[in-house]
Amino acid sequence: MKLDKYLDRSLWVFHLNTGSCNGCDIEIVALLTPRYDVERFGIKLVGSPKHADVLLVTGPVNRKMLPRLKLIYEQTPDPKAVIVVGTCGSSGGVFYDSYNIVGPVDKHIPVDVYVPGCPIRPEAIINGVLKAWLKLERLRGSSGVEIEKKIEEVNA
Amino acid sequence: MSVSTYKIPIGPIHPSLAEPMTFNFEISGERIQSVDLAPGDNHRGIEFMGRNRNVVQIIYLAERICGICSASHPFAFCRAVENAAGIEVPPRAEYIRVIISELERIHSHILWAGIAAEELGFNSVLYLSWKVREEVLDLLEMLTGNRINYGMFMIGGVRRDILAEQVPKIRETLQYYKDAYQTLEDVFLKDPSIALRTKNVGIMTYEDALHLASVGPTARASGVKKDVRQDQPYSAYADMDIKAITPDIYSGEVNGDVYDRIIVRILEVFQSVQIIEYCINNLPEGEILSEPKIVKLLGTLKKAKGEGVGRHEAPRGEVIHYIKLNESENPEVWKARAPTYNNLMSWLPMLQMQEIADIPIVIASIDPCIGCMDRVTLVDPGSNKKQVLTREELVKLSIEKTRRMVR
Repeated sequence: MKLDKYLDRSLWVFHLNTGSCNGCDIEIVALLTPRYDVERFGIKLVGSPKHADVLLVTGPVNRKMLPRLKLIYEQTPDPKAVIVVGTCGSSGGVFYDSYNIVGPVDKHIPVDVYVPGCPIRPEAIINGVLKAWLKLERLRGSSGVEIEKKIEEVNA
Repeated sequence: MSVSTYKIPIGPIHPSLAEPMTFNFEISGERIQSVDLAPGDNHRGIEFMGRNRNVVQIIYLAERICGICSASHPFAFCRAVENAAGIEVPPRAEYIRVIISELERIHSHILWAGIAAEELGFNSVLYLSWKVREEVLDLLEMLTGNRINYGMFMIGGVRRDILAEQVPKIRETLQYYKDAYQTLEDVFLKDPSIALRTKNVGIMTYEDALHLASVGPTARASGVKKDVRQDQPYSAYADMDIKAITPDIYSGEVNGDVYDRIIVRILEVFQSVQIIEYCINNLPEGEILSEPKIVKLLGTLKKAKGEGVGRHEAPRGEVIHYIKLNESENPEVWKARAPTYNNLMSWLPMLQMQEIADIPIVIASIDPCIGCMDRVTLVDPGSNKKQVLTREELVKLSIEKTRRMVR
């Protein structure tokens, strides 16, 4: 598999729910199970933000979870990428006018990839994680041209 | 008491499986003395938002109360509005509603079974049950256009019809689940190591279940024959003879432990298969909406005045929606009561005097929309020493206990 050669350092993902309806969250679990099986790409859900390269944030961010969102962002070691999964985290979605919602997520922490959908399909999350991988590659010093070349090789 | 007890706060953030929720445990040695719950991490103010929207917009909001119960909440909400405004639902729509909500029950119960197995350390069983679950999601996607959050319900009916060419695929999926019964029974009910970990763990007695007003499979596993579909038949359920499933049907006895909760949910999957089969065989012809023009429907609802209650048996138990319409565009009051709200208190008797390693499976056993945990802090009040356990370590404790007992 050529893919594995370039995903030399497996992406470990931490999932944070900031008040989501659970729809996106069960799709994230579905990613691990045989139909989608992201572990074949080395993508793995981890139990602590300190082990993670990528932060998957679901939910529209409510008041009680806001300090925890910031804390967990700070606990994730650099270089890191943040992916917002679902419409409500990207823009507020159906939860746009509540007294208890202080989102969307990008108001409080920098976001690299948005995966819209309510809920998203598992394939879309895989695509989002691959986009985050491109960002991490750039942070690790690969130039744009090199990344383009790598993608072409992966696609070939 | 000078013998030191430990305090363990768990949550609110946890990596994979459910929503945020904080628990505070008082521990003596390995045994739990008392539990305190601190919910509110997932509060979004949905009822408040509903009061600023019109009734059709609220259906989509109700759907997003919970992504797993995304047929149950709109079902109960639509029934409440129809009750308040006196709208009749065509029979074909009632049957389609029941088919969708029973398909949801299949996916929800199998999802739960997989998560319960994962908490015990059987990851292969998690993979097996979620593989079985994907079939019903495929069917739901074909019928409604989405894997989760179906957008199927509308005041006075449903938004999409079931076409004749879709029926063979439904039958095929039902046959798949009939064949899968043997596998699920072997894996969950006949496996000695699952029985070792779940029998006599997290017991809730019949009396406790009544006092704490538990609902759904949690109450039925304690022997309470309570099921809205049986007690107050509604919609297409009224045409069928549905009986509440209690564990004595399978094992001949009621213990109210985690094992009994597994029995109830596995049997209910196959009850749902039978209900869907009945609906497909007896699907009436006719309209699917009492008023297809949404603008006209909203006009009627704007003039409506009155109160309505909608009840539905969701996968986790009874869900109730109450609505008060007062001749205006927005409802005056909207109140939703989800089953987990009732079942939260069931944790208190279940967790008493259990081991720390049993926390994950007991918490998961009521099928909460909120469940596992990220981090555990052990605080010794005597020395004020803090020890932080991650959820992984907690699950590791659970897995080690399984291995120990299997040996």
